[in-house]
Amino acid sequence: MIDVQHVTKQYGHHRALDDVTFAVEKGEIVAFLGPNGAGKTTMMRILTGYLPPTEGRVAVAGYDMQHEPLEAKRRIGYLPETPPLYLELTVHEYLTFVGRLKGLSEEVLPGRLDRVVQQTGLEDVRSRVIGHLSRGYRQRVGLAQALIHDPPLLILDEPTVGLDPNQIVEIRDLIKRLAGSHTILLSTHILPEATALCQRVIIIHRGRIAAVDTPEQLAARLRESEKLRLTVKTPPEDFADRLLTIPGVVRVFPHLSSSNSFLVEAELGHDIRDDLARFAVNTGVGLLELTNVSMSLEDVFVRLTHSDEDLTPAVQTHASRASV
Amino acid sequence: MTPVQTIIAKELRCYFVSPIVYVIGAVFLAVVGLVTYWAVVNAGSQALRLMQIQNTFAYLNMNELVFRPVFMSMSMIVMVILPLLTMRLFAEERKLRTIELLLTSPIGVNEIVTGKLMSVVIVYTVLLVLTGLIPLTLSAYVDFDWDPVFIGFLALLLHGAFLLSIGLFASALTENQIIAAFISFGMILSLWLIGALGALAGDTVLGSVLSYISFSEHYRRMVRGLLALKDVIYYLSGVAVMWFAAHQAIDAYRWK
Repeated sequence: MIDVQHVTKQYGHHRALDDVTFAVEKGEIVAFLGPNGAGKTTMMRILTGYLPPTEGRVAVAGYDMQHEPLEAKRRIGYLPETPPLYLELTVHEYLTFVGRLKGLSEEVLPGRLDRVVQQTGLEDVRSRVIGHLSRGYRQRVGLAQALIHDPPLLILDEPTVGLDPNQIVEIRDLIKRLAGSHTILLSTHILPEATALCQRVIIIHRGRIAAVDTPEQLAARLRESEKLRLTVKTPPEDFADRLLTIPGVVRVFPHLSSSNSFLVEAELGHDIRDDLARFAVNTGVGLLELTNVSMSLEDVFVRLTHSDEDLTPAVQTHASRASV
Repeated sequence: MTPVQTIIAKELRCYFVSPIVYVIGAVFLAVVGLVTYWAVVNAGSQALRLMQIQNTFAYLNMNELVFRPVFMSMSMIVMVILPLLTMRLFAEERKLRTIELLLTSPIGVNEIVTGKLMSVVIVYTVLLVLTGLIPLTLSAYVDFDWDPVFIGFLALLLHGAFLLSIGLFASALTENQIIAAFISFGMILSLWLIGALGALAGDTVLGSVLSYISFSEHYRRMVRGLLALKDVIYYLSGVAVMWFAAHQAIDAYRWK
């Protein structure tokens, strides 16, 4: 559905995108993950034909964006970072305008309008002026605008940003419902969102693709050991050293926030929770807490994007393989 | 609906739900009314004087005494007012980022530019039609030749379309509406002054070139009731050049 080949975008001396290559298959839900300024929005703008790439080519549904822009654009529903709303129009007027703009005929327009209004839950505000709507409703109008012509591909730039938790859940549910019939590419810097919604994550950092994989495998790939947090009431002086005598324990760090907590690292595949608990109880230090510290996508993300040296060779090779 | 019609419909909707058009229209009509009133009073007093000198009932040439000065004044009023009508066309889309919707839709930049220009020309035409009440009212009291009046309105329409296309281009250059308005004021004023320079240079080559570039001479000729193809072509080509410039400005904005 999307085919991006060696796309580079240069703004003066600043290289916003550097030789980005990836593909999205029909029916997939893919997340673009990256910190602000990583190049997510620039990539989406190039995909939708808003910006031309400095180098490289982009094709959507088999249509080259440079040579057949109208055919390609007809197949894309795009929700930009800022929903493109005319504040003086009513929801109904606005969606009618967008529908015509996307090339819907007057016969199918009313039907499509009813459908997206219902899909995005805008029935109650249909005849209200957009400028008077709350942030959450505006975001929904933005989404309705992207859906009006029933495009096979949806490109959503930070669809849940600035919404309250209830609204976020609603928008996510809507995206999930759309998943079956549409290919969706969304950008986010909220990691659970990527895990909850997407089958594949493309991590983009400083204009380059840092990794491409499923959320689970990305986490697994970067996990080198099992981590546990142990909190006790009265740890003796040499408690950390004594923990090291337990079979399987590799390292013990005092926890930063409290002197009673310890971060215990064990060999990969070694479940030492039982041993740790028994040890703590037997030594009478007063066991308060024992938690599994799993490597979340957040940790993966920080590792991948915080400094380039942190990129492990395993991920690099995987990224380059996935991008071919 | 064709893409151009879609753009026109939306622009007209936005114009007529916002107070700007009503404010601008009211000011325009009020000023034109005042100018006409002054011209009519002036014509009356001149007629009185003629009557005292010649001791006969003087024939009042309405076209010369009323319509010509009114059309000349109106050309200047629109120079001030029309940039305020065009300043929002692209600047607002850029500011609100709705330009992203337009440029990612299956519709060409040429259609966007054409639709926007046509919509504002329609708004302006509505205002002109309303000023048509002036000759209609006067015709109830005096006889005059309608032909120069029609040509005068045609001149105003062409003149306005040219100024509006300049404003459209200026609006495509920035996301700040005030700056867009000032750029169009600057361009329009320059074109006007070029005409004055041309008149100063007289019958030299430079003089005639400058006079041709400026709208002053073309407009004055038409307001005198002379309908010449070259003046119409001047205005239409001016609109075409500005349409093209606006198109280029939007393209350049994407490449930036």
